Amino acid sequence: MESLEEIKARIEGAVPGAAISIIPNPGPANQPSLLIDHEHAPGVARFLRDDPALRLDHCSNVTGVDWLDRTVTAKVKVKKIVEGEEKEVEEAREEFFPGYLESVYHLFSMALKHGPVVIRMRTASRGEGARLPSLTPVYRSAEFQEREIFDLYGIRFDGHPDLRRILMWDEFEDYPMRKDYREPDDYEYEPTPHDDVLEKAKQHYRARPPLDGAENLTSQQ
Amino acid sequence: MSESIDEGLKNELQKQGIWVTSTQELYNWGRRNSIWPLQFGLACCAIEMIATAASRYDLARFGGEVFRPSPRQADLMIVAGTVTKKMAPQIVRLYNQMPDPKYVISMGACAISGGPFKQGYNVLKGIDRYIPVDVYIPGCPPRPEALLHAFMELQRKIDGQKLTGENKAEHLNRAQPSEFPVPAFGAHDLEPPANPEVFRPPQIERV
Repeated sequence: MESLEEIKARIEGAVPGAAISIIPNPGPANQPSLLIDHEHAPGVARFLRDDPALRLDHCSNVTGVDWLDRTVTAKVKVKKIVEGEEKEVEEAREEFFPGYLESVYHLFSMALKHGPVVIRMRTASRGEGARLPSLTPVYRSAEFQEREIFDLYGIRFDGHPDLRRILMWDEFEDYPMRKDYREPDDYEYEPTPHDDVLEKAKQHYRARPPLDGAENLTSQQ
Repeated sequence: MSESIDEGLKNELQKQGIWVTSTQELYNWGRRNSIWPLQFGLACCAIEMIATAASRYDLARFGGEVFRPSPRQADLMIVAGTVTKKMAPQIVRLYNQMPDPKYVISMGACAISGGPFKQGYNVLKGIDRYIPVDVYIPGCPPRPEALLHAFMELQRKIDGQKLTGENKAEHLNRAQPSEFPVPAFGAHDLEPPANPEVFRPPQIERV
């Protein structure tokens, strides 16, 4: 299979206007992926599926990722005038990255026996803007997995034929796989609590009733 | 009643070919040797339950081989496996549909407490939050021998149940509920998260 850079160049030729960038993966897997824009996502997916050299006909896996808001403090060298002379001073600068949600598609080719090509999309925000175009019209196998992402991460897939919760009940309002999800407090009985569970279980502990003074008698004798 | 029969006289009569018993003894003997479980499984514990019912472990030796596909015909509910919060209302509804007297075996770590999924968002922390449990079996999953042991414990329990008097069996007490409210699907959890009538966890006191 050709390299990701070549694939990117060919997509940009075939789908005019598509904004694609390569997201490196510095981890041990070293599996970079293609970040595609919302507007051209179905077109890009259709190209990847139908291109005779790629024929990525099998979408094996769709996952969601939650990225919280984060502030990165970086030390930057700045030239400043201190006491009349110019000096290089290190200054801590805080940079704010707004949070977003991601959906990641792993594409393989059954026909040509290669893959995976990983494509991903990012939502504008984690709140109301958590919308992405659905790739179910291109890959039928993405249907249930996109429903699962909707259920657990709260990404709304535009163009999905049947977007409902799949694991949790319909009345459920939370998105349990989000990093800021807090489960309901049902820690009233924890026989062997430890760490986080201990802290939660302590909220349910009853105060020991006051002692009757008998314990002081033995110590005085 | 069996208490009022002299054991020595009973033995003596039996040697002469006269069998003396009480209604309670006969009734409980019949009940404990024909406990029909409800046929349903929830997770991997169900595989062990199936093995228990199959030829090698042979639950039929204890009179429990007839797994009933309808709660109306079942005496025993073996909660075999993880009870998810989505499944819990259906379990309670099935329990409510069983006729009295009815018994519950909570099989495995998940049915007792949620087990390895206890801190998850989707698993009920023990079926005893909604229905009364007679026998708990620890294990993940418990071996068929453990289920047989639980079954024999239940038989012992049934054998000891009184039909009359102060300490008569719970199902004969009209004040005891035999149906329990089915929890509803709420916005964040099941509502209520536990039935306080049934679930009374030990309170821990700390200074």
